[in-house]
Amino acid sequence: MERQLEIDRVSKRYGDVVALHGITFEVRAGEIFGLVGSNGAGKTTAMRVALGVLEADAGAVRWDRRPIGPETRRRIGYMPEERGLYPRMRVGEQLVYLARLHGMTPAAARAAVDRWVERLGVAGRRDDDVIKLSLGNQQRVQLAAALAHDPEILVLDEPFSGLDPVAVDVMSGVLRDQADAGVPVMFSSHQLDLVQRLCDRVGIVRQGRMVAVGTVDELRDQGQDELIVRAPAAPPGWAAQLPGVTVVEESGAGTRLALHDGADDQAILRAALETGPVHEFTRARPSLTDLFRHIVSAKDEEGERK
Amino acid sequence: MTSFGTVRLIAGREISTRLRSKVFRIATLVIILILVGIAVATKLAGGGPSYQDVGIAPGAAPLTAAIASTASAIHVDVRTHAVREDAGRQQVRDGKLDALLVGAPGSIQVVVKTSLGDDLRSVLQLVAQRAALDRQVTALGGDPARVATAVSAAAVSVTALEPPKKATGEQLAIGILTSVLIYLALVLNGQAVAQGVVEEKTSRVVEILLGAVRPWQLMIGKVLGLGAVGLIQVAAIALAGVAAAVATGVLHLHSLSTAGAIVWLLVWFLLGYAAFSLAFAAVASLVSRQEEVAAATTPVLMLLVVGYVVGVSILPGHPGSPLVAVLSMIPIFAPTLMPVRLALGAAPAWQVAVSLAGVVVVIPLLLWVAARIYRNAVLRSGARVRLRDAWRAS
Repeated sequence: MERQLEIDRVSKRYGDVVALHGITFEVRAGEIFGLVGSNGAGKTTAMRVALGVLEADAGAVRWDRRPIGPETRRRIGYMPEERGLYPRMRVGEQLVYLARLHGMTPAAARAAVDRWVERLGVAGRRDDDVIKLSLGNQQRVQLAAALAHDPEILVLDEPFSGLDPVAVDVMSGVLRDQADAGVPVMFSSHQLDLVQRLCDRVGIVRQGRMVAVGTVDELRDQGQDELIVRAPAAPPGWAAQLPGVTVVEESGAGTRLALHDGADDQAILRAALETGPVHEFTRARPSLTDLFRHIVSAKDEEGERK
Repeated sequence: MTSFGTVRLIAGREISTRLRSKVFRIATLVIILILVGIAVATKLAGGGPSYQDVGIAPGAAPLTAAIASTASAIHVDVRTHAVREDAGRQQVRDGKLDALLVGAPGSIQVVVKTSLGDDLRSVLQLVAQRAALDRQVTALGGDPARVATAVSAAAVSVTALEPPKKATGEQLAIGILTSVLIYLALVLNGQAVAQGVVEEKTSRVVEILLGAVRPWQLMIGKVLGLGAVGLIQVAAIALAGVAAAVATGVLHLHSLSTAGAIVWLLVWFLLGYAAFSLAFAAVASLVSRQEEVAAATTPVLMLLVVGYVVGVSILPGHPGSPLVAVLSMIPIFAPTLMPVRLALGAAPAWQVAVSLAGVVVVIPLLLWVAARIYRNAVLRSGARVRLRDAWRAS
């Protein structure tokens, strides 16, 4: 079996607040795993537990079938959500210090830092204090801090937030390279289009539980397909009584319908043609964003009914 | 990497950061300047001994050696100048000479502007008496030199039934200096630990650090690094202060007692710092913003303040105060009180031993408590963590 990072039935509570509720998932070596969920769903807590910075109340975190101990912990590269660097310490010095804390020799640490500041485009700022850098550059330095010690596992909390498009491309490229080199890469993000494009597998977290997990294709297959119909002569509400569909959105540009499982899309087309000309009829799989909205809102209603 | 290597790496960062910090450099410099300033001001105010210039007219010249040796024997600084009588009188009038000796060895006359100072009067009185004695000894057929030797060899031996109630002026000066210095050093360096802990929480760098090292390693590394710099700082300040005081003549360096006071100061700084810095680290780990540091550290600071205030207000007047003696054996107050009592020479050996033992026992206990609170609180950012929660949470 290939190596994988397993988060196994992990629970964590802060006082009366349950942050994680037996969450289970795994990140395989060589894949990019995206963790998505609303604010407060438990993504950050899950990452901190995976990292060993937080201790779980129950459950286990394993790497290569062994519980993670202090030695493995040092082999993890971590980028916290609220960025963490000494503001009044020079970039180069700080990166070398952090790499050495992770167990590198001074020479190896310096060489790795040289390599990463070059790759991430902050080589010119290595003698500046971190606080003098722009937020985007601070984030690049933060990524360098996660990567400099040549980690076996990468855990990144919101690595893309606040980056310009060029920096997003650099970051994406680096994550892909790391995964190709056999590192399991786990990151959280609210930019679902990015997650859909970049991730091999995605997990959706809700109220401390993993509610859906799989490849992007698998997840999109789980959702209802959509029909987009543009029939300019159709009266408002024309689709409301049709069998097998639910109206998602109706506007001048057209009608978006959710297609129920097993429903006949050709019957919908015939119904549309009866209203007049049809300029567009498209069947599409839901995007991750649609799916996410669907899962989160459906479960919320369920939660409220209880 | 071993735990030792990790702690050393963390301490190393603290040392280089602290030495480069402007606040630290300026604070150290200001304290040194204040001490030098006090020494110079004391000297200018005439509190310290200064030279008295005595002119000696040709007739009185044979007495020059006797004046110099007598003056040094009773610790009066006298400079002698051979002058002609009329020139000497003019210089006395101008204030350049404190006194002028005229006449012959048998009948000394002292010319002064208005009056003769007590110190100088004693010296000249002794010289005159000695000359008279020598003449009588010679007249009786004796040898003045042998008599002088016998006289100077005679001394009384003193047996004190109780230690002196009053400290000497110099002991008092060193005692107050010790008190101020150890208080300042503990407050400054303790606050530096507290601010360092909160800085790591505020900047969230602690999350990254704790991915690589254990909480206790981070805390100990910080305490050791800042402690090493603090020790050098205290030693430098103490030496600079003593050097200034000796150079200006405010203190006569009785090398043993001054060196003893400095060694005790350093020992007690180390013990006090170990105890208080751990307490500072623990309470600081409860808060997440620099603005909250002051409020969080106030209880610890108050313990230092109480010790310091008791020390400077009671000890100079009553070095033997039983209240202070008892307090100085309680580990919380020992670091601020015991070094002052030691400098005043008012602490019996057994009390010093009790007080040392108490602090040495308390430090590992504090380490355990502080490490536990720090570990539980340092990752909780946002609102202030209650001490009870930090203690209980596992």
